[in-house]
Amino acid sequence: MPILNGLPSMSDDSRPQLPRHTLGQRIFHFLGSMDLAITLLLALAIASVIGTVLQQNQPYTDYLIKFGPFWFDVFESAGLYDVYSALWFLAILTLLVISTSTCVIRHTPSMIKDMWNLRTHVQEKSLRAMSHSHEWDVSSSVDDSVNKLATELSQQGFRVKQTAKEEGILISSMRGGMNRLGYIFTHVAIIVICLGGLLDSNLPLKFAEWQGRIKIETRDLATKDIPAISRLPVGSNAFRGSIHIPEGRSAEVAFLAMRDGYLVQELPFKLEVRDFRIEHYATGQPKSFETDLVLFDDELEQPLEVTISVNHPLFYKGYAIYQASFSDGGTGLSLEAWPLDSGAGNKPFSFETKVFENRQMHWGEESARLEVLSFRPFNINPDPKEGDPDNLRNFGPSFGFKLRSKTGEAREYLNYMLPVPRNGRDFYLSGVRSSQAEEFGYLYLPLDSEGGLTAFNQFLKRLYDLEIVESVAHQMMLETLASVEHKDDDLEQSLENSLISLVAMFMSGGFAEVATFIDTTLPEAERETLGPAYLSMLREMLARLYFSGFEQPESDADTEQQLTFLQDAVDAIGSFSRYGSPVYFSLTDFDHVEASGLQVTHAPGKSTVYLGCALLIIGVFLLFYLPQRRFWAIVKKKANGSNIVLAGMSNRNPREFDLFFEQISKQLKQVSGNS
Amino acid sequence: MSNRINALNIESDTALAQWSWRGLMAIAAVVLLQLYSSVFDSYEIGIVVLTAVSLALLGQNWSGFRRHVIAVTVLSFIALWLYGQDLSLGETDFFLSYILASQSAFMWMSALFVMATVAYFSGLLMRSSFTEKVASGLTWSAATMGMIGLMVRWRESYLISHDVGHIPVSNLYEVFILFAIITALLYLFYERRYQTRSLGGFVLLVITAAVAFQLWYTFEKQAHEIQPLVPALQSYWMKIHVPANFVGYGAFAMAAMIGVAYLLKSWCQTARPQGLLANVLPELSMMDDLMYKSIALGFAFFTVATVLGALWAAEAWGGYWSWDPKETWALIVWLNYAAWLHMRMTKGWHGRPMAWWAVIGLFVTLFAFLGVNMFLSGLHSYGTL
Repeated sequence: MPILNGLPSMSDDSRPQLPRHTLGQRIFHFLGSMDLAITLLLALAIASVIGTVLQQNQPYTDYLIKFGPFWFDVFESAGLYDVYSALWFLAILTLLVISTSTCVIRHTPSMIKDMWNLRTHVQEKSLRAMSHSHEWDVSSSVDDSVNKLATELSQQGFRVKQTAKEEGILISSMRGGMNRLGYIFTHVAIIVICLGGLLDSNLPLKFAEWQGRIKIETRDLATKDIPAISRLPVGSNAFRGSIHIPEGRSAEVAFLAMRDGYLVQELPFKLEVRDFRIEHYATGQPKSFETDLVLFDDELEQPLEVTISVNHPLFYKGYAIYQASFSDGGTGLSLEAWPLDSGAGNKPFSFETKVFENRQMHWGEESARLEVLSFRPFNINPDPKEGDPDNLRNFGPSFGFKLRSKTGEAREYLNYMLPVPRNGRDFYLSGVRSSQAEEFGYLYLPLDSEGGLTAFNQFLKRLYDLEIVESVAHQMMLETLASVEHKDDDLEQSLENSLISLVAMFMSGGFAEVATFIDTTLPEAERETLGPAYLSMLREMLARLYFSGFEQPESDADTEQQLTFLQDAVDAIGSFSRYGSPVYFSLTDFDHVEASGLQVTHAPGKSTVYLGCALLIIGVFLLFYLPQRRFWAIVKKKANGSNIVLAGMSNRNPREFDLFFEQISKQLKQVSGNS
Repeated sequence: MSNRINALNIESDTALAQWSWRGLMAIAAVVLLQLYSSVFDSYEIGIVVLTAVSLALLGQNWSGFRRHVIAVTVLSFIALWLYGQDLSLGETDFFLSYILASQSAFMWMSALFVMATVAYFSGLLMRSSFTEKVASGLTWSAATMGMIGLMVRWRESYLISHDVGHIPVSNLYEVFILFAIITALLYLFYERRYQTRSLGGFVLLVITAAVAFQLWYTFEKQAHEIQPLVPALQSYWMKIHVPANFVGYGAFAMAAMIGVAYLLKSWCQTARPQGLLANVLPELSMMDDLMYKSIALGFAFFTVATVLGALWAAEAWGGYWSWDPKETWALIVWLNYAAWLHMRMTKGWHGRPMAWWAVIGLFVTLFAFLGVNMFLSGLHSYGTL
């Protein structure tokens, strides 16, 4: 049946159907219908949106917090946390593949025929009826005209065939028959890509899990303790796993994240990380992540040594090994614990620990767990200067940790190893926050002239020493009341007690606590006059406590320096209650060990998918840019020459074909010798 | 001997013009490959050859494009020569700071695009073909200034530091300029083929919107500063993936704006058949055809770009497909236009519903292009828009 409207008829709506009797035929018709195909394309598009709006494959606890228990369950059963491998999503994809396959099966035979068939059965009548047709007479003979026309059409790239008809000779010609191949290619490509994708999906794993052959591990176990049921042997299955390998260590497995747990995939080789490097631009942004990798495989004569980096993975035996991330590989840290509580004054306690190591710390009755989280060898942070607001500065190494109390509450800390200058003085910096959402607040511990914490520690010790505080308070009381004539024991005692308790309040809650005390206990009338008096008494007490620890200062310059130190120390101690840790950890040395985060993948369907992609691209261009154009000419004998009826059609770009037809006609008239 | 009648070009230039252009492109490619044979790997060589072939094909029958390429080349070389090795000349040298430094060139581009938009619409409403010709000239100049800006910016990035240097298609700011240029060139291509300038204002409107966004982005967020590439972007794939994508985006945007013109005209024809708009806009069937052409072109290039993206992902992200939001939205855009094309090619739909669909398609595309970066990668990337 010639299709003369120029449109490839893929839909049954555009041509009469054979009567459909059986259910099978109806189903076949339904599956191959254009309506279903377009519905599926749009349904797939809409379903895909869900997975981009809701972040996929997050830890289940995050979803639980976000949606609450009810919606969490609803969403989970709808598979929304991993939409793209949810059954209903796969069902849409499967339907799309079936629908496309049905189309391909149904139309390929006619398409192939149409690709080659020059349609030699057309009648003169139908040529005249076509929207593009011309008729003219020439003086040359029929054979001569036919020859000229056929030659010209061949030169224009048409395939030409001549057929003898009753009324004359019919020339049938076609150009761009491969357009039909475009249809076949694009549609087969979709099927091929989906099948290739299926090969690389985790469906087999899900199936094995459903059968009970494998079980997802959710516990945090050492690799060797993970039971066999959660281990996948080396095989042809597709996977995308990841593994962190510290420098100098090796691994023979990768971990596959599955819902709220993981599986262990055995690898047919061993990977050792020799070195991991990060290079930086001058601005501090990372420039490259590289790992020196050694791959051991018995089949290799000698181990394979390669350096991989982002965009430059290692491909080996169908496996691909990518540089995916990095983390700390257990950097060794030498720490000194400086007590900030009543233990102050003792020598700091030195110990060794590692990143990711936990350790129970005891101080007096109290105890807390030190959880070392991170280490950074340098910190390039903004450090605006006059005339250079974008100035960057390296603040040196830092380490992060949490202190977890017995009740499970934890604060997070970030301590810098090197002193940081501020207003011309040096401080040790320690950041603290009680949740990830907060910014760090910083404690500034002033350094002494030796560049250490000893002076601060000694001052702190004096503040905690009740005997010293009492004697300083007594001394101050005497000096304060020296000019007062009528003094009694009560006044003396009360002033001395006040001074002592002011210091105690300050030690437990800083100036804030003293202010609260003033606001809550003093009568309102006296608050204005007594408040500032209390504060200045406290300041004097602190200064006396500080200076009573020294011999007489040698020079004014020294005193100046000591006063600044005192101010800084008082500020630091005043913020202890917010700092919340009874100890300051100072980093004295480190042994930096990094871990390279590798992604190991096995995608047996990759070449299938690529084949599909190639078919798709070739097909799309054939479909759009290679119009199938047919020309027919019937040459009839006529007195003094011959009569030519020319007709043409194209299945694409009707607008351009108008012009094309005119041009070809002109050319043909010219060569045939229009009379 | 008869000339073969070619479907792609309605009018052929003289053989001399064609062959000298092809020769010029071949020579340029050979010289480039000779000069940089020591630093180019096989991919770079492939990209140079591909570029030369595309330019040769595009320019062989399109004299406007030939002039554009030559102007961009000559002026870019002048800028490079003025710069020498000193980036700071961009602020002190007269010609650089007022015309050719990338920032100045982009400002010229922006101004010229806005002027072109105004000129196209005035030409349309005043029925002045001279004004419309001026508008075409302005559009060509804008595209040329934009392209010079990109070329010079490429060089500037190397002047900052050798390791910072990269092709300027690496962030939102740079691709916005690419979008404006490509959309303009696509429009100019069809303007010549369909011999109508009356759609210029509509297409230029979307370019003006892009330019406005880009200006806001420059002044508000200092986005024009050249940033070094993050490791994930250091790949030759970027050079082909991004431009291919933007041919797609540009074509979809053009189709949508033609859709707007179509709807306007079809509405005016029923509401006010004697009105100005109903008479100055091209006939509906032509706009319908142009819309289809545009979407077909966009779809073809978007397919190529998505496949290239998958190939790149297989090298950088550990797999050719990861259902990452950007990937998924590319798929959504693709599915949307695939459905559009099926409707049109096999169900024979055309006219208003398809015009509406093309307009809606622009919003889907816009979300894939901008929205994903703004809303879907969490709070962090929103802040760094």
